[in-house]
Amino acid sequence: MDRNHPQHQVLHMRRSLFDQGYIDKEQFIQLEELQDDANPNFAEEIVTLFYTDSARLIQNIEQILVNRPIDFARLDDILHQFKGSSSSIGAKKVKEACTQLREYCSAENAEGCTRTLQLVKQEYAVLKRKLETYFQMVRQVG
Amino acid sequence: MMENGFSSPRNDTFPAGLRVLVVDDDPTWLKILEKMLKKCSYEVTTCGLARDALCLLREKKDGYDIVISDVNMPDMDGFKLLEHVGLEMDLPVIMMSVDGETSRVMKGVQHGACDYLLKPIRMKELRNIWQHVFRKRIHEVRDIESLEGFESIQIPRYGSDQSDDGYLFTGEDPSMRKRKDCEGKYDERDCGDPSSSKKARVVWSVDLHQKFVQAVNQIGFDKVGPKRILDLMNVPWLTRENVASHLQKYRLYLSRLQKDDNELTTSAGGIKHTDSSKDSAGGFGLQNSMNIHHNDVSTGSYGFSGSKSFVQNLNPKSLDCEKKGIVSEPITEPKRALIVDIPNPCKVRSSQIGFESSFASLGGSQVDFTAFGSTTIPTRYSWSDVPEVLFRHESKSTELEDGFSQLPPSRSQHHIQADHIKPVPSISSSSSAADRSNHANHATSTESAIDPLPVQTKNHISITNHQAFDPLSTTALSMKSQGFNLSCISDLESTQRNISSGIETLLPSLDEDLKFCWLQGDYLAMNLGLQDFPEYYDPGIVSEVPIHLYDALRHDYDNPCDPTEYPLIEQGLFIV
Repeated sequence: MDRNHPQHQVLHMRRSLFDQGYIDKEQFIQLEELQDDANPNFAEEIVTLFYTDSARLIQNIEQILVNRPIDFARLDDILHQFKGSSSSIGAKKVKEACTQLREYCSAENAEGCTRTLQLVKQEYAVLKRKLETYFQMVRQVG
Repeated sequence: MMENGFSSPRNDTFPAGLRVLVVDDDPTWLKILEKMLKKCSYEVTTCGLARDALCLLREKKDGYDIVISDVNMPDMDGFKLLEHVGLEMDLPVIMMSVDGETSRVMKGVQHGACDYLLKPIRMKELRNIWQHVFRKRIHEVRDIESLEGFESIQIPRYGSDQSDDGYLFTGEDPSMRKRKDCEGKYDERDCGDPSSSKKARVVWSVDLHQKFVQAVNQIGFDKVGPKRILDLMNVPWLTRENVASHLQKYRLYLSRLQKDDNELTTSAGGIKHTDSSKDSAGGFGLQNSMNIHHNDVSTGSYGFSGSKSFVQNLNPKSLDCEKKGIVSEPITEPKRALIVDIPNPCKVRSSQIGFESSFASLGGSQVDFTAFGSTTIPTRYSWSDVPEVLFRHESKSTELEDGFSQLPPSRSQHHIQADHIKPVPSISSSSSAADRSNHANHATSTESAIDPLPVQTKNHISITNHQAFDPLSTTALSMKSQGFNLSCISDLESTQRNISSGIETLLPSLDEDLKFCWLQGDYLAMNLGLQDFPEYYDPGIVSEVPIHLYDALRHDYDNPCDPTEYPLIEQGLFIV
């Protein structure tokens, strides 16, 4: 089979998303299993929803870290939300970065927080690109 | 047989069609859960806010079989919601969270969660949630069964409804209650209620709760036990299990009150005794004042100081009416004050809603409703019921005091709705509370609001003081809402507006009828504690109330305001 066959590519990408720890396999598969006639692109819909909602969360986090004094309590709340949200699509690396950020937050380490936030944003952006590509391929395959 | 209850027309395929209410502020999860539950063939309703959920639940009593809620909600602590649901609706609640810390899970269970799921949630976990519904129903059935022994002897009057449900007292022949009939009963009652088996839930009306509290106090809180309470209460149809579960909730409620005590006092602001409040807006304290006055949204922080005075910040405007009237007069006691102050009819509107909520809180504070000797009150107590009772008993005033005194001072405010709807679960939950409180979101669904009240409104109306009430009528309405809405002080303004509009329509007709004395005054005080329950304020409720009352008034109006009944008002227990 042609390695570049679209279907093959889709499968390959899926596998790498799982293997490389970007996405939790079980959760993602579950989303895909929820697809039906009513929601044929359910997984993609969820991912899109996640990105829209979490963009807001990230903005809030940034806002908090910019203000002085830093409201660590509120930051913790938002991070908790963000964690929950990430788990919805199985965004493993994002969630892990978030956990790290949360630790700095509990320690009230402003500098650590700011630094780790960058990590979170990075993982978040990387995953977003990968998923966008993935779903594009899925749609192509039909 | 009970199980047969599940096989009512709608439930032939139980658990398919199970009505689930999902509450989560995370839109992504909400969507996933909705999809998963639908795949399980359940009927799903989603909510992004806890207060919306409560509104929905109150609006449609018995409209849901189970609630699934995230622990971290922006407008309300998930545990609080859990308590409310448990107390008011007695539905099984499943908690969810991404945080699986043992202490959190334990807290959930302590607050009554029947399960605690960790995110990410798997479909198979959701498939099984029906067992919680089933289990509860079985227990209820057992309660009914255990009643059979009593039936013939003790409760002829109560008929079979007893099985703790909020069934209205139909006064059916006891024999009807046999278990085998339960199913039929359920069917009748449900009238096509989708949730196949109608569960027999005990509705802890104010009166009933009052009895409960009195029994507890008599025995001594430390030595209390369900059996002893049950014996003291002397309510034939109540089972030990009912009491046990109510006791558990009550304990939780009390502990929460204690915690909030500090918060409350500060927030309470102007708790005032009725007498004094008259002049100031605070009399009514309740947030209601906010509600009540439509335009004045006073601070609302009523700190219900437990027994006495409620206080609030009513706007001076609103107070005027109140004072005069009704409320202040009869109730010299602080507690009464609340009631009294409400007089401001115009403003009352919101109180209606508040009422409900306050009711809820009152439960804890020992609403003296029971003092009124509600035995005759139908089992299905809703706020409305209480008023009736009140009217009948002259002794109320003293009782009120007692009721309050029982409350530790610290409690006063807080309870109200925010936390412990429990105490008055039956009361508020039964109907009015739910309806009212829900109004916020369902301003348009006034109809539903009407349910609980009907019974009461009637009574209230007749009893309330004429004089005082005119202005009060509105107040009464608002009072109710107040109780409930106290928490939503912040929303008061908008609510008030809503209420006002809602009430406007109602007012004309209510004027005479409404001379409610707000029993709630006490409740309101309690509700004031709502402060920490701001999100609760549901303008919608207010508007609903008026209609609600209106209908009640229309239908049940037995005794037009009778001036001779005035004295009753003093009791302050007018329930609008």
